[in-house]
Amino acid sequence: MSAASGLPAGQPTAVDNGAQIARRRQRQEWWISLPSVLWLLAFFLTPTLIVLAITFKPADPYGNIGAGWTLDTIRSLGNPNYPSIVWRTIWISVVATVICLVTAVPFGYYMARAPEKRKALLVMLVMVPFWTSFLIRIFAWKVLLHPEGYIHRFLRLFGIVNEGDLLLYNPEAVLLVLVYTYLPFAILPVYAAAEKFDFHLFEAALDLGCNRFSAFSRVFLPSIRRALVTAALVVFIPALGSYVIPDIVGGNASEMIGNKIAQRTFIDRNLPHAAGLAGILTLSTVIPMLIVLGVQRRQARVTVPRRKRGAT
Amino acid sequence: MRRSRFPLIVCILGMLFFYLPILVLIVNSFNASRFSTVWGGFSLKWYALLFQQDDVWHALRNTMLIAVSATTVSMVLGTLAAFALHRFHSRLQDAHYTLVYTPLVMPDILMGIGLLLFFAALRIPLGLGTIFIAHVTFCVSYVAMVVLARLQDFDFSIVEAAQDLGAGPWTILWRILLPLLAPGILAGGLLAFSLSVDDFVITFFVSGPGSTTLPIKIYSMIKYGKPPLINALSTLILCVTFLLIWVSQRLREKRA
Repeated sequence: MSAASGLPAGQPTAVDNGAQIARRRQRQEWWISLPSVLWLLAFFLTPTLIVLAITFKPADPYGNIGAGWTLDTIRSLGNPNYPSIVWRTIWISVVATVICLVTAVPFGYYMARAPEKRKALLVMLVMVPFWTSFLIRIFAWKVLLHPEGYIHRFLRLFGIVNEGDLLLYNPEAVLLVLVYTYLPFAILPVYAAAEKFDFHLFEAALDLGCNRFSAFSRVFLPSIRRALVTAALVVFIPALGSYVIPDIVGGNASEMIGNKIAQRTFIDRNLPHAAGLAGILTLSTVIPMLIVLGVQRRQARVTVPRRKRGAT
Repeated sequence: MRRSRFPLIVCILGMLFFYLPILVLIVNSFNASRFSTVWGGFSLKWYALLFQQDDVWHALRNTMLIAVSATTVSMVLGTLAAFALHRFHSRLQDAHYTLVYTPLVMPDILMGIGLLLFFAALRIPLGLGTIFIAHVTFCVSYVAMVVLARLQDFDFSIVEAAQDLGAGPWTILWRILLPLLAPGILAGGLLAFSLSVDDFVITFFVSGPGSTTLPIKIYSMIKYGKPPLINALSTLILCVTFLLIWVSQRLREKRA
């Protein structure tokens, strides 16, 4: 590790010294990188690749992975049920992303223009959901939407829903809770970008004859477009992989790919099938993921995606 | 210039949207009635009942065991990774960066099923050990990214000054780098801890009999009845969370 200090005592020839330092530096790099590289290779990359391999394995009757190779899983993915589930997963995720973006923009805009003191409070209030348990937040909605819950009673008061109508167990409930869960993560990047925006530009646009709407859409929005991409991805990718939300507030008519994976794993105990479905989900997340890497890679600053694991 | 009121209205409605469900839940935990919209008077009976649920406390013990161990290991691995990514620019670091970054954007369920299949293929029995491995795997990336962000603000001329004054690598590490980066490493650790305590999906896939964690317990309570008990448990968890946020906020103010 002595290369860090880098100052050898004597004065060896420059060439010798340079080669030695380079070698030491390389050795140092390996020692520092190795622990995390090895861990992630073993427990992240290998499992990800194993999913693909197991798609081509048969299931054995005990719920484990059988010997030999087969195309059974690939054939069963042609099952007419699957395209409709994949399609539903995509549309629910797209609509959730759009709602989050449309809400996050004015929200983040207001936060950025608020007085300093209120700004800190607002950031805090948006951050709190990030630290609170997702399961609890989903459960809170289940209680509210329940036929005995406040929202149902409130809507009944105005005759919008009837006694027997269900607010739960449909795609709209899933959509609502998805938005509830991911909206804070869409707001934060928009706010961060809006904070850096120079609002004098806005006034200049107004002076030059823009109306408020076109100043907003032609000056403000383009300058925060990077944040909009980030915001869209932190909602869209986890939404595609949703499992708990449709499981708790959704019903049969709102199953998503995640539910099917869990069903194949825990109920049918057909691991190769689960692997095949996971393969489909991987494919549909790889493309947006490559965009993120392309946009964020090797930028001057690293941004930590403000998204939380847990009960997606 | 007169500003549009629209953003203000969105902001207020958004905050109500965020906080009303949680508020209803907290109020209901003190409701003597089983039904959420009927107020049966103030009562602590659900809390009393909760304290008799041994399985909940057992699950809490498992959760803490895993969170503390996974946080510790991921703080070490993540900090090393951040140093490597910051200091070196090579092919190895390009691959390293991709390895660290991808878990952040990968949906939980893919990571869960991947690890489950991995353990199944190697015939490793599921339990606290597999949960620990899974948690370290997703926490490392978060710690690494938080520390990396701090390193980018770090003034490395201090290190050079120390070298000029004759400090060796270990002195630099223990007396300069770690003390100055401690807030960043701790912030990463706090994030890792909260992610570990709260993780349900990945844990659900890699847990075995007897390794129930608190989120798994809450999930089965949500699925199979006892709403008032969950209200009480949720309220307690929320209180602890708010307390932690408040403390970390105070710490940050003190530093500033």
